[in-house]
Amino acid sequence: MIGLLEQTVNGLVNGGFYAMLALGLAVIFGMLGVVNFAHGACYMLGAYGVYLLDHWFQLPFWWALLLVPLALAGLGMVVERVLIARLAPLDPLYNFLLTFGITLVLQALITWRLGPSAVPYEIPSSLSGAVSVSSFVFPKYRLFVFAAAILCCAVAWWLLTRTRAGVVVRAATERPDLTAALGINTRRWITPVFGFGVGLAGLAGVLAAPMQAIHPLMGADLIIIVFAVVVIGGLGSIVGSVLTGFALGVLTSWAAAYTPAIVSQLLVFVAMAAVLLLRPAGLFGTREATV
Amino acid sequence: MTTASTPVRGPIVSRRALRWALLVVGGAVAVILPRVLYPPVALDIAAWALLAVSVDLLLGQAGLLSFGHAAFWGTAAYATGLVALDWHLPFPVAVIFGAVVAAALALPIGALAVRRTGIYFAMVTLAFAQMIYFIANEWSGLTGGENGLQDVPRTLFGVDLSDPYYFYYWMLPLAVAGLFAAWRLVNSPFGRVLNAIRENPTRARALGYPVERYKMLAFVLSAGIAGLGGGLFAMAHQFVTLDTLRWTTSGQAVILVVLGGIGTIWGGVLASGITLRLQDYLSLRHFTAPDLILGVVFIVVVLGFRRGIWGTVAGLLAGRRRPAEAAVEEVREPVPAE
Repeated sequence: MIGLLEQTVNGLVNGGFYAMLALGLAVIFGMLGVVNFAHGACYMLGAYGVYLLDHWFQLPFWWALLLVPLALAGLGMVVERVLIARLAPLDPLYNFLLTFGITLVLQALITWRLGPSAVPYEIPSSLSGAVSVSSFVFPKYRLFVFAAAILCCAVAWWLLTRTRAGVVVRAATERPDLTAALGINTRRWITPVFGFGVGLAGLAGVLAAPMQAIHPLMGADLIIIVFAVVVIGGLGSIVGSVLTGFALGVLTSWAAAYTPAIVSQLLVFVAMAAVLLLRPAGLFGTREATV
Repeated sequence: MTTASTPVRGPIVSRRALRWALLVVGGAVAVILPRVLYPPVALDIAAWALLAVSVDLLLGQAGLLSFGHAAFWGTAAYATGLVALDWHLPFPVAVIFGAVVAAALALPIGALAVRRTGIYFAMVTLAFAQMIYFIANEWSGLTGGENGLQDVPRTLFGVDLSDPYYFYYWMLPLAVAGLFAAWRLVNSPFGRVLNAIRENPTRARALGYPVERYKMLAFVLSAGIAGLGGGLFAMAHQFVTLDTLRWTTSGQAVILVVLGGIGTIWGGVLASGITLRLQDYLSLRHFTAPDLILGVVFIVVVLGFRRGIWGTVAGLLAGRRRPAEAAVEEVREPVPAE
């Protein structure tokens, strides 16, 4: 029983990363109709950001947690204005290709300047060690990441449901044509939303830095799984992507504990195949990405 | 549709003459390639050209962006290597066997992937290719895991094929056959139906074409051509590693197609030549970030030269574009959800 509880919390931690990335992908897709291939690279930059702030300026983790996502959000907004907006009137596949090109450049830059191998980053001392409640023992940092992921999703939830901007974004995500028809200018929210999504990916990267190997391809490896997650959930629904992220994290963690390693590796993909077979639009999806 | 009041400058050279000239030049380049380049690079160019053409076949004709062709290229490479190692088959048989295995793998993947279109299709193919990668990594009894397959023999009834220079001429017919097959497909009634599906799937369906089955057949044929390239790649290097299945391989194929020009078929071949030569040059110069240059060039092409090298040059040669050709520009009305 304790084992199952530990695996569940572990799964929620991993699922938190899926959820944060899927949330960003979903809001960006909703506002821009673009799937941001560079989302994984933003996650990778977040992890390198916290490493470099420590390496160059000995800046503690807590500052990085604040500064890196903000810096990446700013960078994302510039990239949206300068590059992505240019291709907005075209087939969205061109922006998918563009963000793929951006991924290549970012990965190549990091590999070139910092090397292809993993760099170390220590868990901040205030979060190292483990928490034990009776026989339940759990690393403190993982609990912190779990709490942070939940907090992020809660804040995002609050922004999306309780603020005017959020209502517009949600409306535009779910029914873009109708939102525009009601006279709402969705265009002015495009750049901030892109920045928000990129910042969220960066935040996920910062959180991942102390618990995962930081290397140039870490984001690409993760984003492919997140792509499968959003195919399962359907990008048209923000809540759907988040829930699917957490659920698949937990399922994968259970599979890793009780079945051979290959099962947990393939679980997400098999789930994707099943969803394509039974409910091609995704569990929560209604809108098809058009060619 | 030219009227007297709107004179349109005709093409600089006639299409027919241009086509023959291209065929002669292309054939000559293919023949002298290993003389002017390091022969292993020439082998790589031929193998990658097949992969690029197979991806372009789907993207250019059916409008389906496959980000997972590494699955077919890599699976064919492993299949070719395994039958060559275990059964000592002559190399063309091993390569064709690899292509058939790749096409067979494309059946289930294609059947699921064609249920989505657009960006979803790209994400789905990418994810399935990653799944194949994980399986190959785990199934080390068959694939050799991290070590891959070593010392793959290339034999042909006692002919000495050890020198890459001579091997190039032995594998060239296979590569040309694959490229010819792609070209035939594009210029066939089947290719026209794919174009119709790309432009307006609803109307194609209303006209009675089974849209999913057409897409699936295109996917399987494309995987077969990619597999031909993968098998030749395995034979060229005489070893197979997990890199052949990695997503970066799919990515490189997409890069080649976009650089060459989507929908041009030969653009992918040209881009393979230029890109692989450039990568070879940069690695000889010990430049450590060839992907940086490739990535920047790719972004510039996507932003400003979406017709690619081939499309841009063809546009210049044809003089001012006729209205029908101008309509092929990318701005398309969103297709209603199916």
